[in-house]
Order: sequence, then structure tokens, then C-alpha cells
Amino acid sequence: MANKQRLVVIGNGMAGARTVEEILTRGGGDLFDITMFGAEPWGNYNRIMLSHVLAGEESDADIFLNTIEWYTEHDITLHAGVRVTRVDRFAKVVFSDDGAQTAYDKLIFATGSHSFIPDIPGIKDRHGELRQGVFGFRTIEDTRAMLNYAAQHRRAVVLGGGLLGLEAAHGLARQGLDVTVVHSRATLMNQQLDAAGGDVLRGAIERLGITVLTECRTVGVIGGFREPVRGVKLQGHDDLETDMLVVTAGIRPETAVALTSGFTVSRAIVVDDTMRTVDDPDVFAVGECVQHRGEVYGLVAPLWEQAVVLADQITGAHPDATYTGTRTATKLKVAGLDVAAMGIQSPERPDDEQIVFSEPSRGVYKSIIVRDNKVIGATMLGDSRKAAFLTQAYDQGLPLPEERVSLMFDLGGPAEETSIAELSDGAQVCNCNGVDKGTIVSAVRDKGCTSVGQVMDLTRAGKGCGSCKGMVAQIVEWAAGDALTVDAAASYYVPGVPLDKASLMAAIRAQNLRSVSAVFAALAPEGKDDAKSKMGLASLLKMMWGADYVDERDARFINDRVHANIQKDGTFSVVPQMKGGVTSPDQLRRIADVADKYEVPLVKLTGGQRIDLLGVRKEDLPKMWADLDMPSGYAYGKSFRTVKTCVGKTFCRFGTNDSTQLGIDLETRYQGLESPAKMKLAVSGCPRNCAESYIKDVGIVAIEGGSWEIYIGGGAATEIRKGDLLATVDDEETVIRLVGRFMQYYRENANWLERSCKFVPRIGLEEIRAIIVDDRDGLAAGLDVRMQASVDAYVDPWLERREPRTPGQFESTLPLIPLPLVPIREPAHD
Amino acid sequence: MPETTAEAVCTLADLPTDQARVFLVDGEQVAVFRMRSGRLHAVQAVCPHRGGPIADGQADERVVICPLHQYAYDLETGACTNGEQPALRTWPVTTDAEGRVFVG
Ligand code: SRM
Ligand SMILES: Cc1cc2nc3c(=O)[nH]c(=O)nc-3n(C[C@H](O)[C@H](O)[C@H](O)COP(=O)(O)OP(=O)(O)OC[C@H]3O[C@@H](n4cnc5c(N)ncnc54)[C@H](O)[C@@H]3O)c2cc1C
Ligand code: SF4
Ligand code: FES
Repeated sequence: MANKQRLVVIGNGMAGARTVEEILTRGGGDLFDITMFGAEPWGNYNRIMLSHVLAGEESDADIFLNTIEWYTEHDITLHAGVRVTRVDRFAKVVFSDDGAQTAYDKLIFATGSHSFIPDIPGIKDRHGELRQGVFGFRTIEDTRAMLNYAAQHRRAVVLGGGLLGLEAAHGLARQGLDVTVVHSRATLMNQQLDAAGGDVLRGAIERLGITVLTECRTVGVIGGFREPVRGVKLQGHDDLETDMLVVTAGIRPETAVALTSGFTVSRAIVVDDTMRTVDDPDVFAVGECVQHRGEVYGLVAPLWEQAVVLADQITGAHPDATYTGTRTATKLKVAGLDVAAMGIQSPERPDDEQIVFSEPSRGVYKSIIVRDNKVIGATMLGDSRKAAFLTQAYDQGLPLPEERVSLMFDLGGPAEETSIAELSDGAQVCNCNGVDKGTIVSAVRDKGCTSVGQVMDLTRAGKGCGSCKGMVAQIVEWAAGDALTVDAAASYYVPGVPLDKASLMAAIRAQNLRSVSAVFAALAPEGKDDAKSKMGLASLLKMMWGADYVDERDARFINDRVHANIQKDGTFSVVPQMKGGVTSPDQLRRIADVADKYEVPLVKLTGGQRIDLLGVRKEDLPKMWADLDMPSGYAYGKSFRTVKTCVGKTFCRFGTNDSTQLGIDLETRYQGLESPAKMKLAVSGCPRNCAESYIKDVGIVAIEGGSWEIYIGGGAATEIRKGDLLATVDDEETVIRLVGRFMQYYRENANWLERSCKFVPRIGLEEIRAIIVDDRDGLAAGLDVRMQASVDAYVDPWLERREPRTPGQFESTLPLIPLPLVPIREPAHD
Repeated sequence: MPETTAEAVCTLADLPTDQARVFLVDGEQVAVFRMRSGRLHAVQAVCPHRGGPIADGQADERVVICPLHQYAYDLETGACTNGEQPALRTWPVTTDAEGRVFVG
């Protein structure tokens, strides 16, 4: 089209970008030249996921919905990092803080909200900026700043116990901080929950190790001139010391530009049912900055509906489209707990009926308000399985079963199956990403998806807060029927035996299966063996039976058959043990002699503080081990690898403890233990962390005063994650015991090839701490005993040099190809 | 009865269970597997992908997995079962009363 209109959008968040997507799907690319302003310096991201980023479950790079390339591809001019300062409605121009003026024919406000910072003395510095250590929780920048600060501090206070506050508290607790939530009302999440529900939620939050203070007003922030925050003053309560303060006391619509430019703003920018401002038919508004029929929304579900109507109107696709408000239920995941809420929270009239089920110890609470045989309000906490049916009953005013209890549980009431079938196509399933049932069904029926995972990837359903995952799965199952390919194998420990780890271990024990072939015969379908499953089973059985394991060599991967790592040309590498990275001139001499004698093509220092001899012929391995006379360093197995250490207090001027010795002791005790994936450890002599303890499966850090911090679940491999602080203890003996207990728990419970950086967040730090440190379930003694048995069963595998275990164990399998093929590298001279 | 062209490469006792050893047959490297079920297989010892040592792979009654990049090959037909790699060459294997193993 020759004469395109100029469309300018102020705000590049979830509502602005979604509205533009809707406009494009209605042919808006031909109608408009689109320009977007975003005060944040990037494309559009899923703000909801910031909770997961703070909890360390997601990286901020993974939450983008529209990348910068998306804008280019769609011919949209994006001014990222540029804030609009004023609109001249009469000249139809917007002014921005880069000094530019941009003319428009149509304008959309999508400026969202900002964190509300209450006027508490001391919260801001002299320049009106937040005091150091005080944070809002709204943007990627807020989240990054909190994560950085959290890494160096130990205590946090969260001001406000609503959705956002609890998410912040949960995230920071996951980062290992001691967190206290201070809430001025009596009930947590009082916007969604009644008093009884709030109490159950409180119990669940406290079980995460978070302290909760309710009916407690914050009246001051403590900290000297130019100082970071040191604490908060509370009314009727002692001062609370803290290193950081997160303010989640609510949000306020971002209306400054609209207001100063002469638009009608009450609590937010006032729009009519066509999403136009009441002042100017060419100017629209959408999202959290909008006030519609007196309502201002603070969740995403309404903005998907608003975006559709706005796009219908502005493109002329449906000139009759109207928005009449959103009353769908909210489904949320808060601090890992399901919350669903709709309508009113407690009875309002004498004949309103309330049905309540409460099970505080499990964190489950359900309440339903019925009037004239219709649901007019419901709250589900901790178990939202019936939420889909209730939402529908609430939305459509469905008549209810006489047996009210079936509204809460599947007891002869409409089974999950029927309620899915009855759900209308337009029913929104994923509120975070605005995906309805029809879209999910069409992904299965028209786009060829056959598994839940595929549908989630294609539609984004279930990829926001995650509270709808169960329902997405049910719909996919219902839509796919027999065609469903189950990702069930995902839960199997190994692909060839259809059992998860716990059931597999139970069956192995019950049937006394001590070899891999026995497991296949007893537990695999038709007793079929499976090459892909052998290595995982071998490791599991060795862990379970120790010295009583029947070792079948074919079950081992080649590396574990010859105790060396295979190379691209079929040769192997030899990495002798060098505990804690400490060696001696005598060892170095032997290594040098061996390298000469066997013409080792590459001698290299590894990232694990030892020496790698690469390009060794299989047949030379036993002879080399004999000449070295050093034990195996296990650089080839899914096993305990190394303990990196720093010099620590023996030489370092900052060292507070003997980190080197502790590293050596740990390696001496736990060397070579097989496990579901590698276990790499480190011990640092002070928080400068020279041994990189924060990014190890288990990392130990000495702190001032001689104590040791134990971090678990860190990693810096394919995924980078800082470990979680499990415990701070006073002596080396306790470190060694707790580390062993944790590693045994990991060995018994992790999935095959699941590194600790996946395992720890999956189980949850609090749960692990309760089991390992507090011994809540009385499991500690058993873990210690089984770990001891594994330690006792250890034999240096390089001793097999004396007597090969199978014919041809160390015989070349490629005898005629000239080796090595990997080029010999000389050290560089300059 | 083994054909006259077949060569005796080893005896059954020389072959580890569910694993392989490599022998030279007519100038070709052949990996001979002896399975738990007693079946024998002889396949090309060099992986068509990037030359990996097939005899160092893990095997079950149907396939062997190359240790380098985990392509799997059917022990009977040599066909690659999880990708587009060319098939492994295969040879008939037989044994005689003394347990000698013949390939070819
Ligand atoms: C030798 C070394 C590199 C070096 O020259 O420094 C090395 C070499 C190999 N690494 Fe590594 N990694 C080495 C340190 C690391 C580190 C750093 C560290 O340990 O401090 C990491 C990241 C930290 C971590 O794992 O948390 C690392 C992450 C990996 C990964 C990714 C693991 C993951 O969970 O994502 C693999 C692949 C795998 O395990 O599947 C890998 C796999 C390998 C293999 C075994 C690849 C293979 O399967 O053949 C390489 C073997 C070479 C050989 O034959 O010796 N290597 N590798 C390092 C040996 C350390 C040691 O002494 O034990
Ligand atoms: C941590 C967190 C967790 C949440 N969890 C949930 C949840 O589980 N479920 C749920 O439904 N909702 C949740 N929400 C709320 C949800 O994120 C918001 O409802 C949604 O982001 C609102 O979209 P919006 O586009 O209106 O505002 P925003 O996403 O805030 O976008 C507005 C954008 O406009 C920009 N802007 C403002 N003024 C200007 C200007 N003058 N010039 C240029 N640009 C400007 C801002 O920088 C911002 O990028 C959560 C929010 C947070 C922060
Ligand atoms: S971690 Fe601390 S003690 Fe260890 S070397 Fe570094 S600065 Fe020194
Ligand atoms: S060399 Fe065999 S799979 Fe790559």
C-alpha cells in the first residue's frame, strides 16, 4: 500500500509487543509503518519469568518473547532504551529523551506499571534514588542487580507479602539468603486469599525456610549517610538487621506521560470499550497502564484480551469488537505453590454457602463460595487440579453437582476427562502466554504434534509461570487420543527399562538383581537387553551393591573398561590422581619419564589441576600405569572427579583455613565413587574463591572465623549455576560427613546423567537441607552407612594392569591404522 | 561346515561376552562379537562415520553403538539404526566342534 499510516507505540513490554503481534496478524504490516519506544534497552521479554530468573531456574537470556531480530524482520523501528517524555496531541508528535520528535497518525500507550516505593524514611538517598541495597522487582535490571547483591550478602527483607513479594522471597531463599517477609496485613496474598487460606500459605512459605511477619508495618530504613541499608525499623517489633531490602509493596500504573500530555488519567489511563482513550479516537492504550470500566489489572490475562480488541479496532478487522472486562480466574504459581483464585473470597450474604477443605501440613487449602447453586468464588492453594472445572463453572454459571465435595476432588463428579471435553475452544489455558484450548488442540490436530513437550514448544503454553502445565498435558492427551506419544520415557532411569529411579531401585533390591544382564532379564520388556541402558545400570548397581556387585565388563563404556578416556583417533588419555592439585618433584619426574618412554604426543595441564597425557595407545596403558605408580585420577568416568583447591592459609595472606588439606582429605575419602553424573568439588581458603568453589557440584569456602560454607548444585559446564549454600559448619570433620551424605543422597536420587546443577533445583534446597543437615526424615544414618560401604569397596582400577579382566582388555581394536592421528603439539617458544 | 575360504581367527574362549575383538581377514579389519545368547557377529571394525573403533562399542542382541559419537549399527545387517551413516560391512561367522571361530 502506498500511503501507510504511522503507528507509534509507547512501551515495549508484554502488552505493547503482543498488541503489535495481533496487529501484524491482521495485515497491519501493510497498513502501518510501526515505530516502538521502549525505555528498557532490549526486545520484549516475559516479565513473569523474572521470578524464575531470580530463583536461578532460568537464565535471563532465555525469557525473550521478541528478540531485536524479530523487530527487524517485521519492519518495525524499535527505539530500545529510549523513553518518551511527552506527546503533543494536537501536532500528533511524540518527544523522546534522545531529543527526537516522531510524528504519528495513530498512537498506543502501553507503558505498564512501575514498582510502588512507599515513602518510608531512609529508603531513598539524598538524590531521591533508592539507597544502596534497596531494590524494586519489575525489570531484568532489577533482577540482575538483586542477583549480584545476593551473591555477596546473607540476609534479605522483603517488604510486602503479595504475589510479587513471595516470589522475591522464594527466589532469594533459593540463592541461599536468610529471608524475612514483612507484610502489613494479617493475611499473605490478601488480594487472592481469605484469612484461612492465608494461614495455610504462611505455613507452606515458612516450610521453605522463609520467616514471615504479618500485621507488621515498616516505618524506617536503617543506614547512615551514603551507607547501604543495614536494617529496617518495624512498628511494635524489634529492628530487623538486613543486607538487602526488596520493596514489593504494590505497583502503580505508569501514567506520567499521558497525564502531562493532557489525557484523562484517574487511577490509570481511562479507555472505552474499544481501547481508545476517551480524549482522542486516534490514541489507544493497553495493558497495566489502562483503566477500563473502573478496573485496573495487574496480571497478564486481561492484556491478551485487550490486545485482540485493540488490534481489531485499529486495523478495522472487526470494527464491532469490544472489550468488556476480564473476570477469568487467576492461576498462579507462587514460590512453587499452585494458587487459583476467582470471584469473591468469603461469603457475603447470609445464605451464601462456603465449602472449605484445609490440610495445612501439606499446604493444601480449598474454599468455594456458592450462591443460588452457582460458583461465585473459589480459592485453591497447593492443589489446583479441579481449577479447570471450577473456572468454567464460575465463568459460565454452570449448575453444580449436589455432592459439593466433588467440586474439590474427583469423586464421581465430572471427571477431569469430561471437564476437558466440555471446556470451550476459547477458554484460556495458559494465562501467561495467552494460549487457549483451541490453539492447543489445533497444534495436535493440524500441526502434527503428538507429545506434550512438542505442543509446549510450539504454542508456548505452560512456559510462563508453569501453573497450567497439568492442564496443557490433559488437553494434549485428550486431543491426541491414541496418537499420543508419551514423553514417559523421560522419567525412566535408563531407556530400556520402563521404571523411574526409585521403582527401579526397589525392584532391584526386591529381586536381588546384582548384574546388568539380570536386570534386563527381570525388568526389561520381553527381557530384552539394551546397549544404551547398560552404562547407567552398571553405575547404579555398583552404587547399590558395592563389593557384591556382579561386574559384567560389557556393561561398561569403553572408558570404564580400560580406565582411560577414549580420544577421537581411538587412543586414550592418562590422568593420574594428584590430590588437591598438589604434586611433588618425584611425581613430576616420573610423569616426564613416562611421557618420554611412551612417546606421549601431548602433555597438558588440565582445568582440574592435574596433568593429562594424551594420545596413548591402549596396549601401553597398563605399562604406563605401572611405571607411573600413581592411582587413577578418574578423568574418564561418570564419577567423583577431582577436588580443586587453592593454597589457602598455609601461604596465602588472605586464607583463613587450610583449604588444600581439606581438599586432599575429601579426595582421599571419596575418590572414584561412581555416580549418575560427574561430581567435581573444590575448596577455597576464603570467599575470594580462587578454587571456583561456587560453581562446583560441591564447593567449600572458608569464611572469617574459621568456619566452612558448603555449597551444592553449582556448575560451570553446559549450564552455569552458582551453588546453593547448604550449611555453614565449624570443623572439617563435619564438612567431610555432610559432603558425603549429600553425595550419597545425590547418587541415590539423581537421574542418570543429571548433574547436581539440575538435581538440586529439582529437589529444592530446603528439602535437601531438611534431609541432609536437619535429618528431618531420619535418613542421615542410612546415607552415612551406605556411603561408608562405597568408600570401603573402593579399589584403584589401575591395579588391573597386573591381570587383565577380560581377554584382550588392553589390546588394540584398530591395529592397522597408523596412530596417533591427532597431530603432535610442541610447546610454543617465543 | 565352514567354507574353504573362511579363516579361523580365534577360539570362542578368546572372545569376551557381549564384547568384540578385532582380527585381520583378507586385509580387512573385522570386529567379532560374541553375544550372551551365544550368537556371533562379524562386522567392519572401523566406523564409517569418523573411523571410530566399533569393537570398543557397547552392544546388545541387536545393535552395537560406536563409542565416539554413538551411532548404532544393526549387528545382523550392518545398517545404521539411528542416523544416516553408511552400513557396516558384515561377514558370516561359524564355529567348529573345537570352538574355533571362522570368518568369511
Ligand atoms: C582435560 C580437560 C580439559 C583440559 O585440558 O583442561 C577436559 C577434557 C574433557 N572433558 Fe571436560 N575437561 C576438563 C575440565 C572440565 C571442566 C572444568 C573443571 O572441571 O574445572 C568442565 C566444566 C565444569 C563442570 O563440569 O562443571 C568440563 C566440562 C565438560 C563437559 C560438560 C559437562 C556437563 O555436565 O555439561 C563434558 C561432556 C560430558 O561430560 O558429557 C566434558 C568432557 C570432557 C572430555 C572427557 C570429552 C570426552 O568425552 O572425550 C574431555 C576428555 C579429554 C581427555 O581425554 O583427557 N567436560 N570439563 C579437563 C580435565 C579436568 C580434570 O583434570 O579432571
Ligand atoms: C516478577 C514478576 C512476576 C509476575 N508474575 C505474574 C504471574 O505469575 N502472572 C501474571 O499474570 N502476571 C504476573 N506479573 C505481572 C505481569 O508481568 C504484567 O501484568 C505484565 O508485564 C504487564 O504488561 P504491560 O505491557 O502492561 O507492562 P510492562 O510489561 O511493564 O511493559 C511496559 C513497558 O513500557 C516501558 N515504558 C514505560 N514508560 C515508557 C515511556 N515513557 N517510554 C518508553 N517506554 C516506556 C517500560 O519500560 C516497560 O518495558 C508478574 C510481574 C513481575 C514483575
Ligand atoms: S581463595 Fe582465598 S585463601 Fe585461597 S588462594 Fe584465593 S585468596 Fe588465597
Ligand atoms: S566415529 Fe563412530 S560414531 Fe563417529
